[in-house]
Amino acid sequence: MSAVVEEKKIIVGGSFLIEERTPEEVFTPEDFTEEHRMIADTARQFMDGEVRPRIDDLEKKDWKLARELVQKGAELGFIGATVPEEYGGLGLDQISGGIIGEALGRSASFATTMGAQGGIGLLPILYYGTEEAKRKYVPRIVTGELITAYALTEAGSGSDALAAKATARLSEDGTHYVLKGEKMWITNGGFADVFVVFAKVDGDKFTGFIVERQEGLANGAEEHKMGIKGSSTTALALDNVRTPVENLLGEVGKGHKIAFNILNIGRFKLGAMCCGGMKLMTSESVRYANERHQFGKPISSFGAIKHKLAEMATRTWVGEALIYRTLGLIESALGVAADAADAESKLRAIEEYAAECSAIKVILSEFADYCADEMVQIYGGYGYSADYPAERAYRDSRINRIFEGTNEINRMLIPGMLMRRAMAGKLALLPAAQALMDELLSPQLPSLDEDESVLAAEAKLARNAKKVALMVLGTAAQKYMAALAEEQEVLLGASNIIMDVYAMESAILRAQKLAASQGEDTAALHLDMVRVFCNDAVERVEAEARNTLAAISEGDELRTLLAALKRFTKNTPTNTVAARRRIADAMIRANRYVY
Amino acid sequence: MKIVVLMKQVPNRDAILRVNREEKWIEEGDLSFEVSESDGYALEEALRLKEKKGGEVVVCSLGPQRVKSVIKDALARGADRAIHILGDNLEHVGPFATAKILAEAIREEQADLVLTGLQSDDYGYGQTGVIAAELLGLPHATIVIEVDYSGEQLRVKRELESGWYQWYTMRTPCLLTIQSGISQIRYATLKGIMAAKKKEIREVQPAADAAAAGEFQTVTRIYLPLKQKQTQFLGDGDAKRGAAQLAEKLRNEARVI
Repeated sequence: MSAVVEEKKIIVGGSFLIEERTPEEVFTPEDFTEEHRMIADTARQFMDGEVRPRIDDLEKKDWKLARELVQKGAELGFIGATVPEEYGGLGLDQISGGIIGEALGRSASFATTMGAQGGIGLLPILYYGTEEAKRKYVPRIVTGELITAYALTEAGSGSDALAAKATARLSEDGTHYVLKGEKMWITNGGFADVFVVFAKVDGDKFTGFIVERQEGLANGAEEHKMGIKGSSTTALALDNVRTPVENLLGEVGKGHKIAFNILNIGRFKLGAMCCGGMKLMTSESVRYANERHQFGKPISSFGAIKHKLAEMATRTWVGEALIYRTLGLIESALGVAADAADAESKLRAIEEYAAECSAIKVILSEFADYCADEMVQIYGGYGYSADYPAERAYRDSRINRIFEGTNEINRMLIPGMLMRRAMAGKLALLPAAQALMDELLSPQLPSLDEDESVLAAEAKLARNAKKVALMVLGTAAQKYMAALAEEQEVLLGASNIIMDVYAMESAILRAQKLAASQGEDTAALHLDMVRVFCNDAVERVEAEARNTLAAISEGDELRTLLAALKRFTKNTPTNTVAARRRIADAMIRANRYVY
Repeated sequence: MKIVVLMKQVPNRDAILRVNREEKWIEEGDLSFEVSESDGYALEEALRLKEKKGGEVVVCSLGPQRVKSVIKDALARGADRAIHILGDNLEHVGPFATAKILAEAIREEQADLVLTGLQSDDYGYGQTGVIAAELLGLPHATIVIEVDYSGEQLRVKRELESGWYQWYTMRTPCLLTIQSGISQIRYATLKGIMAAKKKEIREVQPAADAAAAGEFQTVTRIYLPLKQKQTQFLGDGDAKRGAAQLAEKLRNEARVI
């Protein structure tokens, strides 16, 4: 099922900022194979048939039920989908993994349980475990016999994960490590059998271990959380807990590599889960808006509600474009790396797109929060009642902006990672920035392009938004040099622009590909969504750039930059009111999310 | 044991239905499709029998290319192979022609057991299985809620009216129409989905005489129930007589008590 792997050349991570892509080069949900679609169906049926009807029991902390559901999901193949066959998995592609993640997102609590089980609690063992440990644990995790958890965070070290205080020391006979310390916010903590634990050897060597539940390892009481109450979250106390040396993950002192690389995967999976949640929220909002009558009409007939429904759909569709474009990139890179076939090269293939993974995490979690918020609003008073689904969706959604790296950390990582890649010569950011500066200083001829291809105007907006991103990034780098890392507000501003660039371009390419394959008539509403999205995105880009430039530049330089900005963000607004009505009407007719 | 399961694709149950312009059927443009519910239970029964007795499960479905999704899904759940009777507009022929086409397509299979849902979720005639049994010369049982083949003979439990049931001993080969909700339908596993790729789907044309079998019925008009609003004054001012008349109307006209 490696539909996307044909040519043995990878697209460089971060190159979306400086290069142009054609629609044929990107993977989109419209490129799903029949098997992909069937996987989506069965995963959705499982969530709707087995998990969602039991969410109240899960929220009462029925972990026996949680274990049963994990095992049922495991039997269908959801945990081991992307795990190699030799370790009990199915060896399917990352696209399938994304599709399963999406379906899991239909219950945020269960998605969290499964995210630990099949993601951060499993992958460190699969990618960094000794052969012995892999054979011992992975097949039993894939079947759900063993429940896993990932223990990185501590009370005093969250975003600053490497400041952990937990310790590990090698026993005198050299056969095992002895771990001591306390961990916080451990998903599945209440009933997990196996833990991936990070601790420091010899006081400073941050290292990963596999630790089995045993005497001395105790979880605290369930945390009283705002949402995802149907997932277990506890503290974890390790009191001279022993684990054999075969259970060391990777090398002593290299735990940070595990933590960061696994998070890259966790981030795109979280994005997929958010996307699945958004589809459900949008469908439920459409249904409610069709049922609820006020002033003698269903509220879905009012423009104010149509605006919300259309915007929910647009963000869902754009988010989906981002996820599968990125998964397509990862899949291609894995196809090239498969020659080496070792875990390290696979992780490098994924790390190539670390900035894209961070962007997906931030964008999708915020889109999901938007959808949850508007869902509550559409439900009105009933949206505030726990008897209706909007209230739970709203509470459940909020955590996505916090875990797997807060959105602030992820935002700041994006420009940092791109600059580092540029410095290492992997990404031609500097020549692109230089070319842009030359363009700014040379006299401008009025552009005579009369490109009439599909979404030509939006494609131009995206191209120009890339220039804005380079302008902001370049100016900031020049001014602060290495100290840029300390300028968080500037990094956040640059990051917001970069993310909008990636989102706009991904949406445009998806719609162009769809229009090319199925005709512009079939794609009409998708084109509407892209126009609406780009119209708003370019306004965000302009505001973000103006404020950021004003903070890092002044005088003539600032005036020159602002003039360029004005030129780059010039946009004749489309009729977004009419477009949003059309987008909403199709869903109102079908009584669900239809894109 | 060879079991053939007749399955039909119908509009998704959550769909908002609109009558088409000709008033002969519904608008299919916006619709998504799924398997008719009781046919899904028929497949599940077949797969369970196969697990106990061994043999083969063959799925047969009639309709345009989109029907493939029902077939693929059945193969992913565990059916061994499929017959797709391909033809446009065939999904709108009457129950006799449908049964005739299906019967001719599976006749050569010489199945030990033919299973299908008791009625389709769209037209809901409830006749296709019964007529197919007749055309194949097989005995049949309808509204089957339990199939027991643990002993020598096949026993089936039928649902009668007013909470009555009936156990029936059948000789094979025979045809059963299965009631919905009698078991927990399995999900397609990812392994099953990948394995389905390699399973045979034989496309056949409807037998010429079957398609021309003629219609014993035609759909004249499809319409939504008409809503009427009417006010009647009961009892001519006498409350007691009014109450009696109201009770009579609720019982005999509205049939709600």
